[in-house]
Amino acid sequence: MSSHLNPLLHVENLSVDFEVGRKSLFSKPKLLHAITDVSFNLMPGETLGIVGESGCGKSTLGRAILNLVKISGGKVVLDGVDLGALSETELRKSRKDMQMIFQDPLASLNPRLNIKQIISEPLEIFFKELSKADIEKRVLEMMDVVGLSRSYINRYPHEFSGGQCQRIGIARAMIVRPKLLICDEAVSALDVSIQAQIVNLLMDLQKEFKTSIIFISHNLSVVRHISHRILVLYLGRMAELAEFSELYNHAHHPYTRALISAVPTPDPKISKEKKSTILMGDIPSPINPPSGCPFRTRCPKAQDLCAQVRPEFKDHGSNHFVACHFPD
Amino acid sequence: MSENMKTPILSVVDLKTTFLTNDGPVEAVHNVSFDIFESEVLGFVGESGAGKSQVFMSIMGILASNGRASGSALFKGEEILNLPLEKLNKIRGHHLSMIFQDPMTSLNPYLTISKQMSEVLVYHKGLSWSDAEKKSLEMLDCVKIPEAKMRLKSYPHELSGGMRQRVMIAMSLLCEPDILIADEPTTALDVTVQAQILDLMLELKKDFKTAIIMITHDLGVVAQICDRVHVMYGGRIVEKGDVNDIFYNPFHPYTQGLLNSTPRMDQNVQESLVAIPGNPPSLGQLSKGCSFQDRCDFCMPKCLEERPDLKITTSGGLAACHLI
Amino acid sequence: MENIPQGRSLWADARKRLFSNRAAFVALIVLSMITILSIFGPLLSPHAFDSIDWDFVGSPPNFEKGFPFGTDAVGRDLFVRTMYGARISLMVAVVASLVSLIIGVTYGSISGFIGGRTDSYMMRFVDVFYSLPFMFFVILLMVFFGRKIYLVFLAIGAVEWLDMARIVRGQTLSLKRKEFVEAAVAGGLTKWQIIRKHIIPNTLGSVAVFLTLTVPKVILLESFLSFLGLGIQEPMTSWGVLISEGADQMETAWWSLLFPATFLATTLFCFNYIGDGLRDALDPKDR
Repeated sequence: MSSHLNPLLHVENLSVDFEVGRKSLFSKPKLLHAITDVSFNLMPGETLGIVGESGCGKSTLGRAILNLVKISGGKVVLDGVDLGALSETELRKSRKDMQMIFQDPLASLNPRLNIKQIISEPLEIFFKELSKADIEKRVLEMMDVVGLSRSYINRYPHEFSGGQCQRIGIARAMIVRPKLLICDEAVSALDVSIQAQIVNLLMDLQKEFKTSIIFISHNLSVVRHISHRILVLYLGRMAELAEFSELYNHAHHPYTRALISAVPTPDPKISKEKKSTILMGDIPSPINPPSGCPFRTRCPKAQDLCAQVRPEFKDHGSNHFVACHFPD
Repeated sequence: MSENMKTPILSVVDLKTTFLTNDGPVEAVHNVSFDIFESEVLGFVGESGAGKSQVFMSIMGILASNGRASGSALFKGEEILNLPLEKLNKIRGHHLSMIFQDPMTSLNPYLTISKQMSEVLVYHKGLSWSDAEKKSLEMLDCVKIPEAKMRLKSYPHELSGGMRQRVMIAMSLLCEPDILIADEPTTALDVTVQAQILDLMLELKKDFKTAIIMITHDLGVVAQICDRVHVMYGGRIVEKGDVNDIFYNPFHPYTQGLLNSTPRMDQNVQESLVAIPGNPPSLGQLSKGCSFQDRCDFCMPKCLEERPDLKITTSGGLAACHLI
Repeated sequence: MENIPQGRSLWADARKRLFSNRAAFVALIVLSMITILSIFGPLLSPHAFDSIDWDFVGSPPNFEKGFPFGTDAVGRDLFVRTMYGARISLMVAVVASLVSLIIGVTYGSISGFIGGRTDSYMMRFVDVFYSLPFMFFVILLMVFFGRKIYLVFLAIGAVEWLDMARIVRGQTLSLKRKEFVEAAVAGGLTKWQIIRKHIIPNTLGSVAVFLTLTVPKVILLESFLSFLGLGIQEPMTSWGVLISEGADQMETAWWSLLFPATFLATTLFCFNYIGDGLRDALDPKDR
């Protein structure tokens, strides 16, 4: 991505803490650090993949960018506007430019509304001047774009399969032509053959509408198909950020390497011979993260330094950022 | 498989499972037949609604109340399909074990791990409680649970998802079953944890000579651990064969489509995925002819009329397609 | 455009299942018949509800003279009085339930959706109301404002909405975490729009079930109040009043208890069956 362009989205030192588990009435609640010091830029028309294990804060990051959860520190700037400084009404208006697609295709649609009501809802909010006929026309056009038959317009979500429900969700998000689309595990709940359809659809939509996409997923093999750059999160912190081919071929962070090698290859000869570096143990609790480098408890290369000093997230050339004392 | 002279542990012939719903009977499994032999991993692949879980729910006698199974399932020569409950209980849990996608639903949240594991041994094998607890501890070590002694005293919710799945596997291995049926055991887990669990299952297969049935939609998982693969679509087996044949010489257009649409890490080019168009059929309204007809690139007039049966392919496997 | 197939909404599905439930369907028909009878029944009779026929005081059912249910101790036609009683009882049921529905759903959904401190204050207020003794409340009302029918409506409605508010709040709390509500927030809807469009319609299933169980409760409450002499005033009547009078002369005039009691029991039966059917229709487990 050329750097002289202005980024569409600028995230700076973003942190999100949740209060959890108050032990008694008088004790202070503990803080769960879901996201700590996350910073990145997203260019117009770019797709950034965000990967990590469950509990690494990737979903929270998506919601924090959209201001759906309370931000504890840092800022999110969309198209030059600091979202944190907006009033509630202004923020609501700016939601036209940022939309979201959710993990569970059926649960993200109101079961009492039909497809037309669901897809037209954002139009009714943001384009109040449109007539009923105009709205219906746009809904039908959008249904063509996402590959839904026009005859489905009066049906209800429960009459559709998961893949079709996800198309409805995409139509609802794209009908206001957002500048930023956040996909939170948008294809994880779908079957492989359908997953491929939806990934391809998102890529086509991006080409057509020049939307910037943040694609959050635990599935690295899907992320690599759609993303220009990939950000690896571990325990709410950035571990590695690089262009996709750079990351897959020259991952510097031991965590990224382990993640990549853990993905099973659909090829029996390769996968049965491959000695994957299996990561032992589970992700530590974000309430009480390890000192120094958060990954040191599972890292095969951990040394004393890692427990004492947290590695800085810095550039290792060609826009490849890593937070590790001993990168590969 | 035809040259395999061993006798199968489990032999299923013409299994049919029907659910009586408000919209009439729905056939979820249609004439499924297969054999499984000692210490092999048999994969069942298919999309949701393909009927792959229902096959084993029928065999284990845990169908929903409106489900009916017919056909035959011979376990070591003995018919186990539709057995009365008390006879079935002697076989399932003891000789046949099943683990599920979400371990939390199969563990009792109010009992400690120790209690739940020992219970199995006390009731199935007649061990004393203290012996049972010792054996449980051994088994937890076996599935590589760190600090197993401490874990024995915890409750299910205190464990992580991967740990719980390990406990489930340990529990299902307690009675040293002949067959372990794993229904999407790693789908809810992270890739790093999935790698741990798959590794564990392969080791257990070696140590205990257990036959493993792996029900999954993930071809990556299949490639890693399966010896033979059965591909299911619309309630039927559409292709079966050796894992290498399925991956390198897939015959059925559905198998080919599934392979093409699976995202891969080992190719360097960023290209769009080859998707199978359309949606999986709804089992309630299967049209006559091949169930894959409306998504198939090679659909011929014959495919609309006649349902293809499994036939031997050039590579020695079986596929249900008129192209043969 | 060619004709577009209509979708099956969840409500249409539920209606279909409700009508295929035999007990609920019969109950619905019986209930509609009672309602129609209570509206048009008095027109069929030559007698008014408060006209006294001195020749037939305490008469058993007599079809020739047009007293199918007999007369009461002062010679008024029991058939017409039972129908008038039905009007009052059903009206109390409908009005009080509607009051509880409107206040309860609004209050509960706002409290649950906004959450946090607002929620705790709003629910504590409900708790305070709960702890007021109902009879004390009613007697207080009667003492201050005299015995008026609308006071009965008001008193019952004011108590019944508390349950409704709690149920709706519980539903709202679980709905709030659903992805479609999050999608609505992300889509730029205001809080009130979300409550109106996404929360309330999805609580209506359990609300409908609860309502059918509230209605018989309200009818019984009214009967109870009237039985104690706190409800409807003579010569107007309700099922509660009729049963109370009938119970006094049960040994000499069985008909004065039997008919109103049968109507009351049948109505309660019907509502309970409909409630049961609704619950099954709205929450089908085997799907």
